[in-house]
Amino acid sequence: MATLTINGTSHDVDVPDDMPLLWVIRDVVGMTGTKFGCGVAQCGACTVHLDGQPTRSCVTAVSQANGKQITTVEGLSPDGSHPVQRAWVEHAVPQCGYCQSGQMMSAAALLAKSKAPSDADIDAAMSGNICRCGTYPRIKAAIKRAGELS
Amino acid sequence: MRRDLFLRTTAAFGAGLALAACQRGPTSVPDLQPSPEPSVTFAPNAWVHVRTDGTVAVLINKSELGQGVYTGLPMLVAEELDLPFDRVRVQFAPAEDAYIDPVFKDQTTGGSTSIQDMYPIMRGAGAAARAMLIAAAAKQWNVDPATCTTKDGQVLHAASNRSAAYADLAVAASAEKPPAHVQLKDASKFTLIGTSPKRLDLDAKVRAKAVYGIDVVVPGMVYANVLKAPTFGGTVATLDDAAARKVKGVLDVVKISSGVAVVATNTYAAMHGRDALNATWKNDGPAAHISTAKMFADAEKLARTTGVVAGQHGDVDGASGTSVEAVYYGPFLAHAAMEPMNATADVREDAVEVWAPTQVQTRSRDAAMKITGFPASKVTIHTTFVGGGFGRRLDPDYVVDAVEISKAVKKPVKVTWRREDDMKNDFYRPMSVNVVRAKLGGGGRVVAWEHRVASPSIVKRWAPPMFQKGVDFSAVDSVTPAFYAFPNARTTYADFEPGVPVGFMRAPGANWNTFVTESFVDELAHQAGKDPLAFRLALLDPKKGARARSVLQMAADRAGWGHPKAPGASQGIALCDWGGSLGALVAEVTVNGKDVTVHRAVMAADCGVVVHPDIVAAQLEGAINYGIAMAMTAKITFTDGKVDQNNFYDYTVLRMKDAPVIETHIVKSTEKPSGIGELGTPPIAPAIANAIFKATGKRVRRLPFSEGLA
Repeated sequence: MATLTINGTSHDVDVPDDMPLLWVIRDVVGMTGTKFGCGVAQCGACTVHLDGQPTRSCVTAVSQANGKQITTVEGLSPDGSHPVQRAWVEHAVPQCGYCQSGQMMSAAALLAKSKAPSDADIDAAMSGNICRCGTYPRIKAAIKRAGELS
Repeated sequence: MRRDLFLRTTAAFGAGLALAACQRGPTSVPDLQPSPEPSVTFAPNAWVHVRTDGTVAVLINKSELGQGVYTGLPMLVAEELDLPFDRVRVQFAPAEDAYIDPVFKDQTTGGSTSIQDMYPIMRGAGAAARAMLIAAAAKQWNVDPATCTTKDGQVLHAASNRSAAYADLAVAASAEKPPAHVQLKDASKFTLIGTSPKRLDLDAKVRAKAVYGIDVVVPGMVYANVLKAPTFGGTVATLDDAAARKVKGVLDVVKISSGVAVVATNTYAAMHGRDALNATWKNDGPAAHISTAKMFADAEKLARTTGVVAGQHGDVDGASGTSVEAVYYGPFLAHAAMEPMNATADVREDAVEVWAPTQVQTRSRDAAMKITGFPASKVTIHTTFVGGGFGRRLDPDYVVDAVEISKAVKKPVKVTWRREDDMKNDFYRPMSVNVVRAKLGGGGRVVAWEHRVASPSIVKRWAPPMFQKGVDFSAVDSVTPAFYAFPNARTTYADFEPGVPVGFMRAPGANWNTFVTESFVDELAHQAGKDPLAFRLALLDPKKGARARSVLQMAADRAGWGHPKAPGASQGIALCDWGGSLGALVAEVTVNGKDVTVHRAVMAADCGVVVHPDIVAAQLEGAINYGIAMAMTAKITFTDGKVDQNNFYDYTVLRMKDAPVIETHIVKSTEKPSGIGELGTPPIAPAIANAIFKATGKRVRRLPFSEGLA
C-alpha cells in the first residue's frame, strides 16, 4: 500500500512496490494525461514532476514517489492557463498531441529554472522528449513565448 | 498511396454539385468529447447536425492523426453554412456506409486525401443544410427563399429586416426536403477557407483531455499484453504459463492468432505476466531465417536482371550518349508512432464494440465481423484521437488482438503493446534496391533514363486488385517523374518478397524513390558540369513541369540558392510531387566525418487551394522532420529471422537538438486542393544528400546517412 500525492490530492493505492508510477497513475488512479511511449525513459511521454523535478514515470517505481509531491499534466492548471499551455495554443504546437503532455511537463520544469532559456538550454532540456510529428520548431518557439508569459 | 491512380469517381468539383454522398445518416452519435446532446437536432445529411443550442455538430469520416482534419473538414461545412467557426462541435463518424470515402470506397484515412476527397462533399453538406434552413425561414416569413441570405449562423431577409438563428429554425428545417442540387460559394466569397482559425482539437490536447485509444476506459474492463512470435509467421510450439498466472493481478492467459495474451487487472500486471510466460515457437515459413545482408544481395540481383516494365516511352536502348549508372540501397523502416498500438474491444453475446486509434474504420469493422461472426449491424467502431498514424494504423492488427482476447475472456479488454512489440511487429516501409541508368547527350542533356526497382509489394497484400500485371504502382511511385522531360525512359519493377510484412509509411514509394531520383539527377548535373538548380530547370517538361518549375524557383529564391545562411553550410536541392501537390526543398547541411547536421530547410509547396494555411505549414514542418528521422540513422535490420531493433535507443529518431530551422512557403493557387500531409517527406533526404555531396564530394547511395557515409 502506498499513499501518493498527485496534484495536491492524496490517493491510497494497493499496488506492488516496484510497479512503475506511470501505470499506477494511468490504470489505478485513472488519470490518463500522462502517456506511455517507450517504457524505458527514452521518449519522455510519461514525464511528471516529483517535487518539481521532471521525472520519467515509466521507470520510477511507485515506492520512489511515496511522500513526494507528484505533479501530472492535469496539475499544470485547472483551466489551461499555465503559461506553457497558453503558449502551446498560441503557436498551435500539437499535431497528434500524444507526446505533448510530456513535452509541456519538461518545458514547465525548464521554465521554472529560467524564464529566458537559450536555444542550447532548450535543446538540453527537451531532447529527452520525442515528437514523431516533428513539432520541434513550434515547441522551441512556444517555450520562449511561455517564458515571456510567465 | 498514389490516389490519382485510383479511379476517381468524386462528384464534379465546384458549383452545381450533385449531392449523392449527402444521404442521411444516424442522427445521434456518441461523442468522445462529452457535451450535452440537445434533444432536437436538424440532421439534413450524414455530416451536419444543427442543434437547438446554437452549436452545429460536424461528423468527420477521417481520423485525426495530427494532420488537422478535425479542423479542416468542419471548416468546409462552416464556410458554406456561414457559421461562426467556434460554434462547431466535431464528432468522429461511426463505421457506416454513409461515411465511406468516395475514392477509397471505404472509411480510410491515408494518402493525403482527406481534404481533396471530402472538399466537395463537406462543402455540399454545409450548403444543403443552409438551403434547408433558408427554406424553413422563407416559409415562416412567407417570402421567396431567393431573397434570403445567411450570415453568422442566421438566416436574414434584408427587405423586411428579419432574421432567425439556425438553432431556432432547426425544428422547422427538419421538415424540409434536402435539395437535389446546391450552389456552392464562389471562391472569391470565402471568409473561412484560406484563414487559420484556432484548431478545434487544440484546447483538449494542451489540457490532456483528448481521449486517445490508450486512454479508453470501459466499465468492467480488463487489460492485456501479448507475447508475439519472434519471427514472422511463427506459432506457439509449447507454452508454460504457470509462473505468469501467479503474477499478482493476472487473471487469465489465452492463445490468440498473433501469440499469447496475458489478461490482468492493469497494464503493468499484464506486461509482468507476459514476461513470466515460457513459450517456444515453430516457424517453417519463408521469413524464419531472413537476414539483411542476404536480402540486399538478392534484391540487387533482381533489380539488375529482372523486372516487369511498369512504364516506358521512346527507345532507351537505342538512344546514344554517355552512360551513367548508380545503385541505391534503402532499408526497412518502422513507423514508430508515439502512441503504441492498442485497442479496446467488448465482445458481448449479441454485439461487439471496438474503440480504436485507427486509420481504417471499415477494415476494423470487417476484422471484428470475421472474428465474432456478427453482421455489420452488430459491430460498433468508435474512433478515438490517434497518437500518430504515418500509415501504421492502416492495418488493424491491434483491433484483431483486442477482439480475439475479449471474445476469449468474455469481458471488455484493452490491449496495449509495448514499444518493442511495435518495433518488431510493424508493417515496415519496404526495403528497396534501385538501379538507375541514364545517357547524357551533347550539352549535358539527358537523352535516356532507366529506373529499375526491386522491392516488396505493399498493395499485393493490402489491396490485391491494385497489384496489376506484376507491378505495384506504389513501389515505383516517383521513380520517373512526369515533370521531367526525358525523351526516352523506362521503369521496371521486380517484386522481391523475402517475407517481411510491409505497409504504407508517410509518402510511400516516394519517401525512398524520390531520394534515388533526386540524388541521381544531381549526379547527372555534376557529370554534365551544371549547377543542380539550372540543370533541373532545363530538364523540366515545358507543360507537365510548369507547377514544378514555380515551386523549384520559389524554394531557390526564398532559400537564397548559392548563399547558405547557416555558417559553413552547403546547400542541396530536391523536387518532388506527392498526392497531386508539388514540393521543392533546399537543405543547408554541415558534415563532420559521418555526422550530418541539418541547419536549415526551406520548402516551397503547391497544394492547390489552401484551406488552413497554418496547418499546411505545420504539416510541411512535421513531414520534413519525419523525413530527416527516416534518413539520418534509422533502419530495421534482421538477423536469423528476428528484428534487431527494440526501442528508441537502437531505432533512433529525430530529437529537438538535431531539428533544423524550417521555413515554408506556399504557392497561391486556385487549383483544386491536393495532398499536403506527406509532401514534405520525400524531398528532404535527397536535398540533404545533395548538400553532403556539395560539402564533401561524397555521393551517399545507401541510407541511413550514418551508414552511407561510413
